[in-house]
Amino acid sequence: MSTTLTPVLTANWDQPNSFTLDVYGEYEAAKKALGMDPDAVIQTVKDSGLRGRGGAGFPTGMKWGFIPQGDGKPHYLVVNADESEPGTCKDIPLMMANPHALVEGIIITSYAIRANHAFIYVRGEVLHVIRRLHAAVREAYEKGYLGTDIFGSGYDLELVVHSGAGAYICGEETALLDSLEGFRGQPRLKPPFPAVAGLYASPTVVNNVESIASVPSIVANGADWFAGMGTEKSKGFGIFSLSGHVTRPGQYEAPLGITLRELLDMAGGIREGHQIKFWTPGGSSTPIFTEEHLDVPLDFEAVGAKGSMLGTRALQIFDETTCVVRTVLRWTEFYAHESCGKCTPCREGTYWLKQVLKRLDKGQGTEEDLATITDIADNILGRSFCALGDGATSPIHSSVKYFREEYLKHFEIGGCPFDPKKSTLWGEQ
Amino acid sequence: MTYSPEVRERLERDAKEIIGRYPKTRSALLPLLHLVQSEDGYVSDDGQEFCAELLGVSKAEVTGVATFYTMYKRKPAGDFHVGVCINALCAVMGGDQIWEELSEHVGVGHEEATPDGKISLERLECNAACDFAPVMMVNWEFFDNQTPESAKQLVDDLRDGKDVRPTRGPKKLCTFKDASRVLAGLPDDLAGDGPSAAGASLEGLKVAKAKGWKAPEA
Repeated sequence: MSTTLTPVLTANWDQPNSFTLDVYGEYEAAKKALGMDPDAVIQTVKDSGLRGRGGAGFPTGMKWGFIPQGDGKPHYLVVNADESEPGTCKDIPLMMANPHALVEGIIITSYAIRANHAFIYVRGEVLHVIRRLHAAVREAYEKGYLGTDIFGSGYDLELVVHSGAGAYICGEETALLDSLEGFRGQPRLKPPFPAVAGLYASPTVVNNVESIASVPSIVANGADWFAGMGTEKSKGFGIFSLSGHVTRPGQYEAPLGITLRELLDMAGGIREGHQIKFWTPGGSSTPIFTEEHLDVPLDFEAVGAKGSMLGTRALQIFDETTCVVRTVLRWTEFYAHESCGKCTPCREGTYWLKQVLKRLDKGQGTEEDLATITDIADNILGRSFCALGDGATSPIHSSVKYFREEYLKHFEIGGCPFDPKKSTLWGEQ
Repeated sequence: MTYSPEVRERLERDAKEIIGRYPKTRSALLPLLHLVQSEDGYVSDDGQEFCAELLGVSKAEVTGVATFYTMYKRKPAGDFHVGVCINALCAVMGGDQIWEELSEHVGVGHEEATPDGKISLERLECNAACDFAPVMMVNWEFFDNQTPESAKQLVDDLRDGKDVRPTRGPKKLCTFKDASRVLAGLPDDLAGDGPSAAGASLEGLKVAKAKGWKAPEA
């Protein structure tokens, strides 16, 4: 049986003014949730099997359950809307077209964890998305969905839209919290985890946009409805983002466990006259896959079993015109640029990876350089302070594993064997 | 140069409104840096002093934070700050060629502005619009599916004062300073402009509708 698409979060994107309350509709799910016991709301999300949509896949309800109750401290919900992982492009259109799903999810989540103050930390480089968030929050306040005594329940919630300022590392949850407190965005040592000492050292839940935006549908339709989609341990639906050498790149909302082969069928296949060469299942920090992985179910377990990670379902697709060495160099330059500098393995390692890859890309390397980049990556992986360093090693290890010959070819011929013009959008015209 | 009493009073009023939203005042530092950028077009010395004073932290602390984030500019950005994504996917899809040709056409490099102050350029890392590659941004509005020709035309139009419309955004582009004001948390009234979603964002939904695919009923 082939998998079909299941638009939930994306279902209203083609409606004019889908970003307004008039089109989105009343916050029925929030109303229902606020009539429930907060612990029952947490249990519903636990039962649904929802796992974090920001990449790591941690069970959302369990995260909420870690917040100590009756501790006398303020609790906070912080939405991670800092979408910056190369290839990841789902939260931005979601907040542009359907910001009320997020705001409604924030109300439900905040109520469940007993928070009276919530923040949306949105990357700064997306002006119109920020406008839409501000407008949605204002509308919700005007309707009485935010502020004091929401739905006459006695529950109060303040929600602030906070713009970042250009730093990939702020997508790391503790760096995000430091940034939100007005500091340089550098990760904190864990433990303590944010659930115990997060924003202002108070219990804090940090969740991805898509995770929170999925909550209203779970509350409205029930945990079983959500758990009825997806696979055994990867429940529900998610937005799959196809980009690169695809006939119709875009956002495809489907149950977890769909395969790239199925998605490519829906997207018109690889651009005409070309074949797939390599792809990322979930952003540049997830080890690359090749044609042999087209039938791997895109859920947390199956992708993991094949040596990569589901990540953010950011499917960046490259055809045979693409030089893998050049692509890995550009990702590596990105990690070197975004390394926050706090820990040595990542700061120095990404810097040196960049130098050696530049040499390899120009065809001026040696076979020894391949051992060098592998060795540097080995010394970053598991030794850096946060996942940024680990992520930087994924393209290195996986590209050497699958495309060693292509690296060798570069210094055999003393240059890049590919014509970069052929891989461009207009290359074949 | 220090702020005139009028400017100072206006900035202070805005700053206090922003600070009031946060449980702890220092959280307002990033918004306030956007605010001073909306006045000066960059994070000026005066701007840093202003932030330090309003938040009760040292100027060194403010400088330390301002220099960490790429959106805070150390020298004036152009009225139109033009970014070209050169992260792997956009680079491969043509971003590298766009950057090369555009930079030569405008005559300035990364984080440089034209002498008339109209245009500045930046090599951008991933801007979360990969399904629209190659992507450009002007004052942080989306310009999707660009080519070297469309990129050069875009900049020429901006220089000539023509109306330029982002692919997914408002009818009219605002200046870098105006954009910074929105980022500070002081919205303009343009949220209703432009489509809900467009182009690649809708491809999956189009397929689902054509095939009659829906999420299961509750």
